[in-house]
Amino acid sequence: MTEVGTARKRSEDARLITGNTQWTDNIQLPGMLYVAFLRSPYAHARIVNVDTSAALDRPGVVAVFSGADLAGEQGGLPCAWVVTPDMVLPDHPPIAVTEVRYSGEPVACVVARDRYAAADALEAIDVDYEPLPPVLDMQAALAEGADLVHSDKGTNKSYTWVFANGDLDAAFLDAAVVIEREYVQQRLIPSAMEPRSVVCQPFGDQMTVWSSTQIPHILRVMLASVTGVPEQNLRVIAPDVGGGFGSKLQVYGEEVITLILARKLGKPVKWTESRSEGNQTVHHGRDQIQRLRLAADADGRIRGLNVDLLADMGAYLMLVTPGIPLLGAFMFPAIYKMDAYSFTCTGVFTTKMPTDAYRGAGRPEATFAIERLMDELAHELDLDPIEVRRRNWIKHDEFPYETVCGLTYDSGNYEAATEKALQLFEYDKLRAEQADRRERHDTVQLGIGVSTFTEMCGLAPSRVLGSLFYGAGGWEHSAVRMLPTGKVEVLTGSSAHGQGHETAWAQIASDALGVPFEDVRVLHGDTAISHKGLDTYGSRSLVVGGVALVGACVKVVDKARVVAAHLLEADASDLTFENGRFSVRGVPEQGMSIQEIAGATFAAHNLPDGIEPSLDSEATFDPENFSFPHGTHLCAAEVDTETGFVKIRKYVAVDDIGKVVNPLIVEGQVHGGLAQGISQALYEEAVYDVDGNLQTTTLADYLVPSASDLPTFTTDRTETPATTNPLGVKGVGEAGTIASTPAVVNAIVDALRPFGVSDVRMPCTPERVWRALQEGVAQ
Amino acid sequence: MPRIKVEVDGVTYEDDVEPRLLLVHYLRDRLGKVGTPVGCDTTNCGACTVLMDGMSVKSCSVLAVQADTHDITTIEGLRINGALHPMQEAFHSEHGLQCGYCTPGMIMASIDLLRENPDPSDEEIREGLEGNLCRCTGYQNIVRAVRSAAHEMSHSEVTSHD
Amino acid sequence: MIPGSFDYLRPTTIGEAVSALAESGEDAKVLAGGQSLMPLLRLRLALPEVLVDLDHVAELREIRDTGDSVFIGAMATHHQVIKDPLVRAHAPLIAQATATVADPAVRHRGTLGGSLAHADPAGDLPAVILALDGVLIAQSAHGPREIPAADFFEDYLTSALEPAELLLGVRIPKLGTGWGFHYEKFHRTAQAWAIVGVACGVRRANGAIEECRVALTNMGPAPVRAHEVERALLGRVATQNAFKAAAAHAAEGTAPTGDLHGSAEYREHLARVLTARALTTAAGI
Repeated sequence: MTEVGTARKRSEDARLITGNTQWTDNIQLPGMLYVAFLRSPYAHARIVNVDTSAALDRPGVVAVFSGADLAGEQGGLPCAWVVTPDMVLPDHPPIAVTEVRYSGEPVACVVARDRYAAADALEAIDVDYEPLPPVLDMQAALAEGADLVHSDKGTNKSYTWVFANGDLDAAFLDAAVVIEREYVQQRLIPSAMEPRSVVCQPFGDQMTVWSSTQIPHILRVMLASVTGVPEQNLRVIAPDVGGGFGSKLQVYGEEVITLILARKLGKPVKWTESRSEGNQTVHHGRDQIQRLRLAADADGRIRGLNVDLLADMGAYLMLVTPGIPLLGAFMFPAIYKMDAYSFTCTGVFTTKMPTDAYRGAGRPEATFAIERLMDELAHELDLDPIEVRRRNWIKHDEFPYETVCGLTYDSGNYEAATEKALQLFEYDKLRAEQADRRERHDTVQLGIGVSTFTEMCGLAPSRVLGSLFYGAGGWEHSAVRMLPTGKVEVLTGSSAHGQGHETAWAQIASDALGVPFEDVRVLHGDTAISHKGLDTYGSRSLVVGGVALVGACVKVVDKARVVAAHLLEADASDLTFENGRFSVRGVPEQGMSIQEIAGATFAAHNLPDGIEPSLDSEATFDPENFSFPHGTHLCAAEVDTETGFVKIRKYVAVDDIGKVVNPLIVEGQVHGGLAQGISQALYEEAVYDVDGNLQTTTLADYLVPSASDLPTFTTDRTETPATTNPLGVKGVGEAGTIASTPAVVNAIVDALRPFGVSDVRMPCTPERVWRALQEGVAQ
Repeated sequence: MPRIKVEVDGVTYEDDVEPRLLLVHYLRDRLGKVGTPVGCDTTNCGACTVLMDGMSVKSCSVLAVQADTHDITTIEGLRINGALHPMQEAFHSEHGLQCGYCTPGMIMASIDLLRENPDPSDEEIREGLEGNLCRCTGYQNIVRAVRSAAHEMSHSEVTSHD
Repeated sequence: MIPGSFDYLRPTTIGEAVSALAESGEDAKVLAGGQSLMPLLRLRLALPEVLVDLDHVAELREIRDTGDSVFIGAMATHHQVIKDPLVRAHAPLIAQATATVADPAVRHRGTLGGSLAHADPAGDLPAVILALDGVLIAQSAHGPREIPAADFFEDYLTSALEPAELLLGVRIPKLGTGWGFHYEKFHRTAQAWAIVGVACGVRRANGAIEECRVALTNMGPAPVRAHEVERALLGRVATQNAFKAAAAHAAEGTAPTGDLHGSAEYREHLARVLTARALTTAAGI
């Protein structure tokens, strides 16, 4: 039986459904102290004085520090992606020293015997602020004479990054159709269910850090460089981590400070955020203004596309802040053929929480823009939105295909995915119903939204990352250890936080080694155990880390074959390996299982010359290309024209992610991705008021949808294997999020076309939909 | 400091507590019942849902002193004679969880839902779980799990913890 | 987040509760179900010195038939109210609207009295009690006091209760036969507060509307009765058009504010649309 492809129920569930979990906040250590942060109530202010004396006198308080108190040792938070040589990169102290630049920025911290005492003492810290003007609007921030976020830099512009290919002027010259639009990608709060938490325990000159992070390996390197703790003395553990969606792909000031406090006080120290604290200070996502121009022929064929972005960096550049919009740079042309393309992105500082990766990171923004434009093009030419896409997309027999961005899409079949989606959706039937409702002037109108997306994931070929000035590589590591009893430990540098690696990796190893699934234990998320890796983000785990595991398994089998040949007194080339058993060709009863060989290599009584005891190996995989999942999503939305309320009536997602290791996990990833993409379209927005204070600090104001707010999805797949890795797999973690946002907004706009509506800004709140209707009708 | 007597997962505890101590912090920090996590400040997320005298409550919005004389069941006390509760089984079988952080609360809320309505429709399940947020699953498999548990429980003798 | 420190009193009778409030003065807060108060305590938006917990005052949980009205004790939980046969028989609007409040776990703890005393204009139940001409019964050391719902909700998070006054419950007049009721709640997500809510009842006889009640949630700092709508419908035949025409007056006399989820202008528009819908549903046409 092969494990790969089987809907294996997840191994990790055993602890998660019984409460037998290890979230970082669960960790309690003898003598542990708790830290709490005092945060700025101003978006922008000079810190005149911080008086911590009264707080120190509070019961249970061990220490209180301002930014100035720690200025000599707190270092600066890292940005690993200097996207242009002249990028403006401001200093970013973990605790503000002289100036605060977003509301919620830490200004002091209290260490106390318990979390209640720490929270109490915050109120006794007296901070004298001199308010400075907030900088909230990107366009205004770039104007001459604008108030500055970083006065020493003389500008609010961080960088301008440009990519161009083909003759754009020629493309627009004499074009039959030019579509020009501006779209706003609102600011989002990732909202992983587990709030951030970190525990640091000093042990001699060593330090163990538990953190609710996606990136234990990267965090270790960065903490070492920021705090000066030598890397070999630092162990980082990501225990059970309750979701990330990019928000825990970060090196947070609170992590740095907790470590510094533990070192300073010689005691274990814990910090756990509250949700309202987190909404303000977990990095935000999206926040772009997209100015788009698309030129097409009269038959709908695209000639060229011009993209001009303003991307809100927030107040500082965090780990990969400036690079996020650039991950979308190559995705605006999507699945469509065109001769000319130009992309410009300007990163802008504002006095808001920094932005950084959020599920999809750059690609959802790009996909939204092009898929909205395709619908506008269809409308302009009075074509069906499917038809206009069909006229432009790369055909299945044209792969591999080099796009106008210089990417080579290895495989895909947009026709097949679309055909399947149309059937499942009952497209023609719903179009008929739409016509009927229009005819009847029904209060509730029906709209149909299309999104034929692709994305680039499986981050990433190290050489490409290097060419983009990213600070690290994109490979992944895995190791296989066969134990004396024949059981298997798999180590992976990927760091799962809900993705089900413990199950999927065991499935891969089970097949590759021919051992029972139950005999495999997958270890991850601890730099002392899975000692090498680049962690989990960008839908990379399986397509990079899973492939590394295949490599490690192959090496183990190769070594086992040599030992088996020796023990079976046969020539290695005469051995077959099936279902975990080596046997001599033509003499099947003469054989040995790989698990027995593991025992033999442990005993090492009778090994061939030159073969070391023990049966284990490791491998790294550096992908030669990105992975390009694609699919066709169709959304039917009912829009109440009196109230503006939008209800999703039907949602069909057909995704092509190549070969599948575990269909159960894949389906779950798609469902969750859809929920987040739909939620961007309808519900979520981080809103700052005119003073720069976040208004959506709680889940009562930042609307994360519940079960009642989301539809039942119809999901299916087509399978066009990736040709760039031996598993034939493509990433799936972000696909649903990337595809669904434009599908929903396209459906809403489609419903309202007869009323003269051509756009609704996200999130499409009932009021925005209603206003769009009023304005459309008025014109 | 008030003294409280609470039964948690079948064990009786007597403790002096500060009046402001939240039930969830009492469970986590004092009793070591860390299976019940905290996800928000505003009764929205439901991650901390436990049963109080058999009915779901959000333990971040109940004071420990208010649990005095009451019977609390957490995710850690659901097993019956060592076997998983059918709802736990169903979340596993139907892949009703990913990161698992909302899962304890989601399972407790789902058990409460079936106590009120042993044979809910999908829509009733979705409404019944309105107070529990999940960021990973899109809820579809959670709904499926609850439906499956309802079916399983209606065909077995298993009722509740005690 | 973590609440600030407070002293805690747990009376077991109404008398003890009233005394506790009287002794604690203005720094005391009553803890009913706590589902609104606990978040405020945790965010330290409320910092009372004393919390008077009514959890153990059993008599405050009673729901009883008082002849021409139903009395619902202040500590009756939402869950209890939804299930209660007296409420369902004589004040079905309360049961229906209460079922839209928050979620099951919150409804197990949250109480009708707590919701009314909290006087949040976005809360669903104040408008419902206003529509039903409920009478709130309060008790202080000076004795009991009856406060008609129309006088109870004074301003944003401000009721007519004095600091040392305890809400005992609310008396809902039985309305007799021929009535239809509906609470129409409009919100962006299931968890979100109502942008606008409409609580209404319509009594018809021989096809004509003999009596009508309409009250609005979140159309100002306190719930408001849409008297113009009520007047416009008296004696009219209950048709969708009649309801629509009358509902055009729904925003008159209201003073909604704008927030994250809707502007004042949009709320006024919604009040008109939703009032027509609520009346239509209530009338069963």
